[in-house]
Amino acid sequence: MTAPAPAKIHPSPAPGPAADEGLARRLRALACTAPLHDLDVRKANLAGEYTVYAMAEVALAAIDLVTLNMDFDTGADHEQIVARLIPRIAAQAPQRPAAEHERVARWVLENLINVGSVDRGFRAVYGTFAPDGSYVRRDYDFKLIEEVPGYGGGVYLRTTDEAVNVLVGALDTDVTSAQIAAEVKLEVLISRGRLADAQLAAEQARYRTVQYSETLRRALDATRRNVRAVDWLEAVPDMIAEALDHVADRYRHENAILTNIRKARDEAEDQEHKRRAAELVDIVKDCIRRHTQLQSRLLEAGPLFRAEQDRQAFAPPSGRIGLDLYGQLVAPLLPLPVEQAIRVTDAFFARGTGLRTPTSVRVGDLVDILLTPPLEREHLGAEMPEPDVIATPDDSRFSEEQLARAMELLDLEHEAPRRLSGLLADARRIDPELPYLVALLAVHAASPPVGTAYRQGEQKLLFAVDDGTQLDDPEFGGADLIVGTALLDAAGMAADRTEAA
Amino acid sequence: MTDKDVETGTWGEPEARPAAAPVTPADAADAARLVSFGLQPKLLPARDAEYAELLRRYREDPPFARLADAVASGLGLVVLEVSPRAGMAVTAAEDSLFAVRMGDYARRASSDAGDRFLHGLAHLAMAALAFPRPEDLADDGYIGRITVNGVDAFVRQACQRLEERAEEAGENTDPASDAPGLESAWRIWARRSSTGATKDARRLAGSTTGIVSKAAAFLTDSGFLQRTGDDSGGTYRTTPRYQLQVRDMAGSAAMAELLDLGVVPVSDGSASLTVPTAGEDLELVAGAGLPFHADTP
Repeated sequence: MTAPAPAKIHPSPAPGPAADEGLARRLRALACTAPLHDLDVRKANLAGEYTVYAMAEVALAAIDLVTLNMDFDTGADHEQIVARLIPRIAAQAPQRPAAEHERVARWVLENLINVGSVDRGFRAVYGTFAPDGSYVRRDYDFKLIEEVPGYGGGVYLRTTDEAVNVLVGALDTDVTSAQIAAEVKLEVLISRGRLADAQLAAEQARYRTVQYSETLRRALDATRRNVRAVDWLEAVPDMIAEALDHVADRYRHENAILTNIRKARDEAEDQEHKRRAAELVDIVKDCIRRHTQLQSRLLEAGPLFRAEQDRQAFAPPSGRIGLDLYGQLVAPLLPLPVEQAIRVTDAFFARGTGLRTPTSVRVGDLVDILLTPPLEREHLGAEMPEPDVIATPDDSRFSEEQLARAMELLDLEHEAPRRLSGLLADARRIDPELPYLVALLAVHAASPPVGTAYRQGEQKLLFAVDDGTQLDDPEFGGADLIVGTALLDAAGMAADRTEAA
Repeated sequence: MTDKDVETGTWGEPEARPAAAPVTPADAADAARLVSFGLQPKLLPARDAEYAELLRRYREDPPFARLADAVASGLGLVVLEVSPRAGMAVTAAEDSLFAVRMGDYARRASSDAGDRFLHGLAHLAMAALAFPRPEDLADDGYIGRITVNGVDAFVRQACQRLEERAEEAGENTDPASDAPGLESAWRIWARRSSTGATKDARRLAGSTTGIVSKAAAFLTDSGFLQRTGDDSGGTYRTTPRYQLQVRDMAGSAAMAELLDLGVVPVSDGSASLTVPTAGEDLELVAGAGLPFHADTP
């Protein structure tokens, strides 16, 4: 897969730097949409007839799904996103196979991540005027969906700020106020019964909730790293108190909303309204779950601070002053141009990686190594040991030979059935043991395996019928069965089987 | 060098030896043996009686110590410390046979300046997180703990902070297409994806967590880190050797290079990961990361 074609944009000369800056901002926003248009352009190049799918629509749906499924700790699960995208793709082309729908979902998602490039991102080139009036081409790098490490080494998906700002909507406002606004809007919408808009607002509220949680999580992480990095006198306690208030407030609020929507759900007559209200209940429940999660994190913060305080602040001060690696090296280094910064990192690398003992080979060993024939690759694996088989005694009553004789005897013309008594007498003449086998086979034939014969397409079938005649035999008693052979219509049966299948 | 000899307690008072004892070939062999122990960074003196005995001799017998030092410097090694906790801590001098070269370390790094920078920055950031405060680097008893994902998140947040600053200042940080070398260093890290799914469920080597993970594995082989778990992409703790290496070799070398570039970071010895001053934006924005106040010159 190649990187999507960068959006080459040639702006007309701008009147001044200020206007140019605004233009650059809009060009960058425009560039964010390019990968989506590009999907629809490139779908024609795919092997297969994919023009029926509206790729940009699928891509926007994917970004929405990832945004809404971003979790507190990780992000959205790749497989889950694919699974949820498929219904929409299937709706676009219901007659196509499900495997193709999945392929489209994966193709779109991979292209939004831009799997083919090393940065897994996009680059657009645009031009601006430098303060001295010269025209400068610049690279704008951005991502839409990024892969982040999750719990247990998994890879999860997150939408980037670019994607959210440009593609999800104009959400670039203050977190807290936007959430309150969304909640109020939701309440109003529900009271007026406008559920379609209410769902949109609820989804936005949920996104706000996730964002708020993330902010707090990162602040707590910083505390774990260095107590002094965080103001535990005022800022953090304030922030925690604020967050706890927020959780309590939202919890109350959302429970109220939940009650309202449940009522709306139960009272709604319209099926569509009922379904939307039910979805809304799920969304609000999810919000409440996230708040509970946030609250438990907040409660952990105090003990964590005290433990870190013990470890970090109460240790006896060292007489030496160490190098402040972050403040004196990392922080000043990052804003430098890369060609200068690389000198510093190279110096650190050269002296910070320790040593490696070089491997050296003696010429004598080298000759041996080179002359050793390569090991034969074992394609078949290790040789199997010869199994030690113990011969089991042949304890069958009748031999193969006897069976063959009996079958020969019972191989009757289909028009000429015989009495069992006659067959037994014939058998007794051949072998004194044979009558027992013949009698056994005849008794079996009284209930012939018709089904098996039908399935296997047998030509004929041995059968036995009792007509009431007593068997007169020195060794056997019972009915003197009529044993005969029925011809089966093999061709007809075969035709039947095909039809049945 | 401090004598924290809690483990063995074998150090006695230096014996009074005849000052002008001639050096015998056996002494030279012992000295070389001690250096060879030092070349096996994962070997702990507490686990090897002969190593511990040679270390004791180094400490008690100054002529032997001088001999061992001479052997080391002749091999192109620098002796950082000789102690029961770190053993014979030696490291490669510049251009020594034992030095690690970037080209051997990562193949792509020799051709691609961006990759070369990322690998170097990963090592620097790991050290910065392993020893977040100057006291931690100075305190011989300190053991740092880092995770692969933590290092990546840390650098990413610092980069984001810079991005926001540049935005506030109204700068356009997008580099000119024809001068990639002038791109700000932080952008290189920010641009690279932090992880990625591969077909065979391994970590994407070119991602930043892949790069950090490679650095951690390499330092583990150097006897600088010990792997303690698999959480957050791999958790590690530092060894005394790593502290010595960063404090006495790498930190000062990088610092000298930075000063050479005309950047003079000033420190009063306190940690720079500190509270933002009043009036700064205390409000945390999603994704802004650490609420620290990074000094940018």
